[in-house]
Amino acid sequence: MMRNAIVIVFCAMLLSCTSDRPNNTGVYMLLDTSGTYAEELTKAEQIIRYTLSRLDATDSFAVARIDTGSFSEKDIVAKASFDDRPSAVNRQKRLFAQQVSDFVDNADPSPYTDITGGLLQAVEFLNEKDTGHKTILIFSDLKEDLEEGYVRDIDIELEGFDVIALNVTKLRSDNIDPREYLGRLKEWQGRVEKTGGQWRVINDLDGLDGLL
Amino acid sequence: MSFMLGITPWPVASALLWIILFVAALYLIRGTAHKTLEAAARGLHRGFRVASRAVSRSGKSLAARNRDVLLAAGREAKERIIEREFDRINETVRKDLANYSALHRSLSESIGRIEKDHQDAVDVPPDPPGWVKAVEAVAEIDSREGRVKVGNILSDIHKSLLKAHKDAMTAYHEASAKRHKLLRQMRPEWRKIQQTLAQVGKNVDSLLSRSVTIDRLMQEYEDIVRGHNRAVSVLSSSSLVNFFVSAFVLVIAIGGATINFSLIARPMAEMVGGTSLIGNFRTADIAALVIILVEISMGLFLMESLRITRLFPVIGALPDKTRVRMVWITFSILFLLASVEAGLAYMREVLLHDELATSALLRGDVGATATGEYLWITTAAQMGMGFILPFALTFVAIPLETFVHSLRTVVGLIAISMLRVLSLVLRLAGNVFLYLGVLLKQVYDIPLFVPLWLEERIAAAGAGASRDHSPVRTE
Repeated sequence: MMRNAIVIVFCAMLLSCTSDRPNNTGVYMLLDTSGTYAEELTKAEQIIRYTLSRLDATDSFAVARIDTGSFSEKDIVAKASFDDRPSAVNRQKRLFAQQVSDFVDNADPSPYTDITGGLLQAVEFLNEKDTGHKTILIFSDLKEDLEEGYVRDIDIELEGFDVIALNVTKLRSDNIDPREYLGRLKEWQGRVEKTGGQWRVINDLDGLDGLL
Repeated sequence: MSFMLGITPWPVASALLWIILFVAALYLIRGTAHKTLEAAARGLHRGFRVASRAVSRSGKSLAARNRDVLLAAGREAKERIIEREFDRINETVRKDLANYSALHRSLSESIGRIEKDHQDAVDVPPDPPGWVKAVEAVAEIDSREGRVKVGNILSDIHKSLLKAHKDAMTAYHEASAKRHKLLRQMRPEWRKIQQTLAQVGKNVDSLLSRSVTIDRLMQEYEDIVRGHNRAVSVLSSSSLVNFFVSAFVLVIAIGGATINFSLIARPMAEMVGGTSLIGNFRTADIAALVIILVEISMGLFLMESLRITRLFPVIGALPDKTRVRMVWITFSILFLLASVEAGLAYMREVLLHDELATSALLRGDVGATATGEYLWITTAAQMGMGFILPFALTFVAIPLETFVHSLRTVVGLIAISMLRVLSLVLRLAGNVFLYLGVLLKQVYDIPLFVPLWLEERIAAAGAGASRDHSPVRTE
């Protein structure tokens, strides 16, 4: 009787320690393929490989391009929800890296840049995956250029999201008037933080240690 | 405060008045205060003394119980050793006695053959006849007296006799050679007898030495049964030694189990998933741990079934047939688990290479994925360790048994020491309170030095007056 009671108490203690909140990570990376920024994609490939090396079983990762209308699943270049088994994870990572490599080799520059659409798609994807940590990487100069008719003046709910802008390059006009560059950064930071998101900028791609 | 100093127009006078009142009050209740302090001090002193005695009694009863446990454990251990000695003697006697008839027959046959050969060796051919000398004398007379015919006859006889003598000598030499040959044939028989007797002597010596050992063990056993202090002391020290030695071996075993765990925890993630948790622990880690614990359990059961350890009396009391069956079952399970571990160790290596290759690919370092020529050595070593460690862990049962048995005694000894220290502390505390009471009484009297001095003076004066008024006693 006493022994049974001890076993029950032990099991209860064990179960009480279990957290319901998932502990996995979801990463969605947006790649700007507009104009001259398409030349930066080789750097993006390095970041993707680094991210892959940091992700583990049950994590989710997707890479999507930013083009004229980015709020679409069709823009997703590669995506994977990693398996529970280490060997399967390795296979998935290799396949993912190959898909990204193929995309980088054959990417066509897009005429417009719909970052907000891509961000919406990222939020939708990560909410659907319901990961514990949600990170959106934006590999872009953050210069949004929408085609006429596209409505993107909307608030995106980013509570619980880390939004990291990577390799935010300076445009020629930024060099003439740096306020444009600073204004772009400030505007995006405001949009992200307004709805509860965390904003960061990493331009030094050698220091990616704190990325995830 | 201002009120207190304001009862007279002069604060100093007020203060003095208060002091006088306070001292007077203290003086008036002095007797009661002293009794209260004394009662409190004595009460605490007695309380602590009683507690100290109770703890001391508990320590003594624990010591007695520990002694009983120690003696019981020592008796059991000694019984086992004596039992094993008797088993060995039984085995020796059984083997020797079983061979004794054959040995006896062999010895008898050897002796019979030697006797026969000896008998054959002593049968010597007869000497040449003694009258040959007489014939020689006759032959000499005949030639001296000139009796030719007789001489010829005698000469022929002489020749015949010489020939006969020669034949007899030849036969004699042949017989001697045969005897020598027979004696030579006896040598291996002698040697065989010598070896047989040496073996018998060795066996007898072994039995004698075992009997000496048993005598010694029996003496120790008797000491234990009678509860001699020397026996208890020996058992106590050997128990401590056993405790530390077995603890040391168990630590080594834990190290082995940890290595075993690291060998199978990683590939186990392939079977039960790498991220699922039970409590705060990974399911893969728990699964690996469970496999190791099952192996250790199987090892314990195997050792129990082989009657090497006696942790589970139920297994020891099983019928021999069931016990042997259990030996085979536990060994088979252990073998299967060891094989599984070897497989998992191999899988670990494969996974490791896969992971390294993926990491190299992600780093863009494709050249690093090339596998080394001697990589099979590490794979083979891991597999070997995965297979051997479960069997090695089987032997944990022996130190574990010793540890469990000695732990009882060691814990008892520690508890006794603690109770003794507690008893001493309580006793000291009791005495401290007693003397604290005396000290407090003295401290209480310090502010009362004036009235006490006056009291003493008055008492002395009263005593002097009564002495003056008392009648002088004369002889």
